[in-house]
Amino acid sequence: MESVGSIIMYVIIALSIIVFSVLTVTTRKILRSATYLLFTLFATAALYFKLDYEFLGAVQIAVYAGGIVVLFVFSILLTSHPGHSSEKLVSRKRVLGLTLAVATLVIAGYALISRCSVMFAKLPQMDNPSMQKIGETLMGTGNGEYLLPFEAISVLLLACIIGGVVVARKR
Amino acid sequence: MDITLPLLILVIPLFMFLLLGLTGMKMSHRLAGTLGTLGMGTVLVLSYITAFTYFYSGAPEFITTAGERLQYTVFNVTWLQFTDSLVINLGFLLDPISAMMLIVIPTISFMVHLYSLGYMRDHHGVYEHGFQRFYAFLSLFSFSMLGLVVATNIFQMYIFWELVGASSYLLIGFYYKKPSAVSASKKAFIVTRFADLGFLIGILILSFYTGTFNFADLTSAPVDGIANVSQVSLTTAEGIKALFTNSPAPMFMGASVMTWALVLIFMGGMGKSAMMPLHIWLPDAMEGPTPVSALIHAATMVVAGVYLVARLFPLYLMETAALDIIVVVGALTAFYAAMVACTQVDIKRVLAFSTISQIAFMMVSLGVARPEFHHGLGYMAGMFHLFTHAMFKALLFLCAGALIHAIGSNDYTAMHGLRKYMPITHITFLIGCLAIAGIIPFAGFFSKDEILTACFGHSIVWYIWMSLVAGLTAFYMFRLYYLIFWWKEHKVEDPHHAPHDQPWTMTAPLVILAAISCVAGFVPFGNLVTWNGHPMFVNENGEMTSGFLTNLENLDWSVAGISLAVAIIAILIATAMYKKENPLPAKMKNALPALWDWCFHRFYWDELYQFITHKIIFGCICKPIAWFDRHIIDGSMDGLAYVTNKASEAIKGFQSGKVQMYVWFYLIGALLLGAITLICLI
Amino acid sequence: MDITVIYYLVPSLIMFCCGVYGFVTRKNMIAMLISLELMLNSVDINFVVFNRFLFPNQLEGMFFTLFAIAIAAAETALAIAIIINIFRASKNIDATDVTKMKF
Repeated sequence: MESVGSIIMYVIIALSIIVFSVLTVTTRKILRSATYLLFTLFATAALYFKLDYEFLGAVQIAVYAGGIVVLFVFSILLTSHPGHSSEKLVSRKRVLGLTLAVATLVIAGYALISRCSVMFAKLPQMDNPSMQKIGETLMGTGNGEYLLPFEAISVLLLACIIGGVVVARKR
Repeated sequence: MDITLPLLILVIPLFMFLLLGLTGMKMSHRLAGTLGTLGMGTVLVLSYITAFTYFYSGAPEFITTAGERLQYTVFNVTWLQFTDSLVINLGFLLDPISAMMLIVIPTISFMVHLYSLGYMRDHHGVYEHGFQRFYAFLSLFSFSMLGLVVATNIFQMYIFWELVGASSYLLIGFYYKKPSAVSASKKAFIVTRFADLGFLIGILILSFYTGTFNFADLTSAPVDGIANVSQVSLTTAEGIKALFTNSPAPMFMGASVMTWALVLIFMGGMGKSAMMPLHIWLPDAMEGPTPVSALIHAATMVVAGVYLVARLFPLYLMETAALDIIVVVGALTAFYAAMVACTQVDIKRVLAFSTISQIAFMMVSLGVARPEFHHGLGYMAGMFHLFTHAMFKALLFLCAGALIHAIGSNDYTAMHGLRKYMPITHITFLIGCLAIAGIIPFAGFFSKDEILTACFGHSIVWYIWMSLVAGLTAFYMFRLYYLIFWWKEHKVEDPHHAPHDQPWTMTAPLVILAAISCVAGFVPFGNLVTWNGHPMFVNENGEMTSGFLTNLENLDWSVAGISLAVAIIAILIATAMYKKENPLPAKMKNALPALWDWCFHRFYWDELYQFITHKIIFGCICKPIAWFDRHIIDGSMDGLAYVTNKASEAIKGFQSGKVQMYVWFYLIGALLLGAITLICLI
Repeated sequence: MDITVIYYLVPSLIMFCCGVYGFVTRKNMIAMLISLELMLNSVDINFVVFNRFLFPNQLEGMFFTLFAIAIAAAETALAIAIIINIFRASKNIDATDVTKMKF
């Protein structure tokens, strides 16, 4: 049995995730879309906090909200006129998109429900992973430790920086 | 014997071929011709040394104390080793017949090399186009032919057999701008290749049953005490026959497998030696330059078939059925070719049919040879005739070349009465005619007489038959002679351009060959070349009798007298008919129009082949195959392409470049898979 | 009332479907990219939720999410670079007009 505060928190988070997600893809102004995405990401970060992954929530806010969304906003400002709304969707496209989304929803939802035994697991007790543990896991090479992916990601990021510079550079 | 000389005999012509073939176009014509001729001259000297060493040195590896000639393998190196038993060697075998060929081939080849220096240029001294190529091919041919005769195993023989075929093809098609030459070369190539198919199958059968290619293992037994020496042995041949008869399948279609193998091998010889019905290529091969006809299509390559049978003679002795086939084929061919030769207009064609007829004589001679009769007289006679025929037929061809060169036409109607204008050619041609007609003391008399004696010893029917053909030979040769040199006076419009004898490079070979034709008959062949190496002419003490008149002394005059009489009668008839212009030949022709027509058209053999190939094979077999190929095979391929094309057109729209559609299809696919998984898991 | 796994997974699923819908329908490439971020984010949530509920003593899901975020950042940066480049070339960032990329 959870506390009422926890439930209320959950309801707020879940609702904002749903609502802002829908708004993100339905609004016709691209800058608003980015803003709704920001809210969705904040809600997700809140969810991580609620699940006791504080470090992950912080990363979510810092990288997603602070980095990616800013990138989006900049590129939107670079490529479109503010206040300009995209033209109305063609009905055929909307139908296609809706079909796909609903099909996904139905199949995935059915999968969720048909696996109910796992789906109704209760929240187990867990200590917050300490910063020390996270750091050791990232830097370790043993079982369940992630030095190699960490390095790979660093190389990927480097390559990405170079690629971004090269691609976006004026010739 | 040292390995150097034999090796050089093979290497020099090959080297000359490579030199002239690769760098000939950079040389002047004269240099190329001189080089080729000098190279051949060297080979001539080396071959003479080798052959004379073999025949007369008396060394223990060549002859036993009893006077039996041996087979000596000078070298025999492994060339291809496929398995332990399937080994192909290249080597050099010296025995009576290969030593004899070592005299024949370089002699004729050298004469032709020399002669071509004059022949292959026009009256203003301008060399023919491709003069260097001509000499390169001549060298290639000499190399291949020498390699053929000295082969130590049947597969080496086959390889060189194909090489002489290829060089023959190249030389017949020397004037490759002339359509007739091109088709003649193709014809020669295809017909001989068809025959070689039989040869190859025969080789394979033989080697499959016996497990060897080597002549030494097939026909002779090693001699104790001396390495690389063997002696022709019937015991070995009987052992080979036993291999066949003891095999699980000794019979095939009513004949023994060994007979089949030998007949198939003989089929290769039929193709090369222009036996009926595979003779059709040889008359057309006269499209090549005349020296080539003299070398390849008269003296050397066309006797390869005879040589092949002689080489495997002990095996043929085991299967007399095969020998009988050889006799029948040879006798029919001899008669047929002699008949046709009586009516031809083109002098080279007459000589070509004469060649076919004479080779058939050799074949018959081999076919009737039996060890019981005069130590296999037929074998020796066939080889003897091969030798003398090479000399006088090359002479006749070279004379014909001189005539053609002087007149500019192959047709005797353009020649008539040339005796005053070209005296040397006239005399040498006459000698050649006398030799081939078999008039004593010219070369042909002795060899032909031996052949007739051998036939007489075998069967009286074949004796009469071959005597008739010998008479026909004398008749058509003298018909040709009179029509060229007599008949009527030669019309000369411009005294400055009257026909005349050719330069020395062309007359010298004529004179030399004529001289050889005069004396070659006195070579005591019976003591040099016999089927098993035993000398034929021995006195009471068992010693070889030698001397200039040996052949004459050993003549069987009852046979010789008849054949001489037949020849003289034939010559007299020819003289009566053709010496002066008279209506007799026309009357003869009108008396038997059908016979004349058949002979003139060579008994319609070419038309028969044309009918068989075009109407039957092309029409009934090739056309359906072509239809099948065009409509079914091509059609299915076209159908595949059509279907692919249409399918691609149909699905081209998927590759629209619209990312969202890609994602749509991808996700639909993924969802379907997910749905299927779910359904199956429940 | 217990908040079980499914309570977290359903919003995540809805978020994913929104991403799918947006990706297929929007013409603007940046909008498509935003939809893509939604999908990625929903997957991240799933990782974390499963980790938290089923294997609370391990950190695999969390780290996977961590790396996914890093990769998402890289991918976005690169995609935006490309989009800006396309914009420079054609003054237009509609995905439907960029069909020449198929060659």
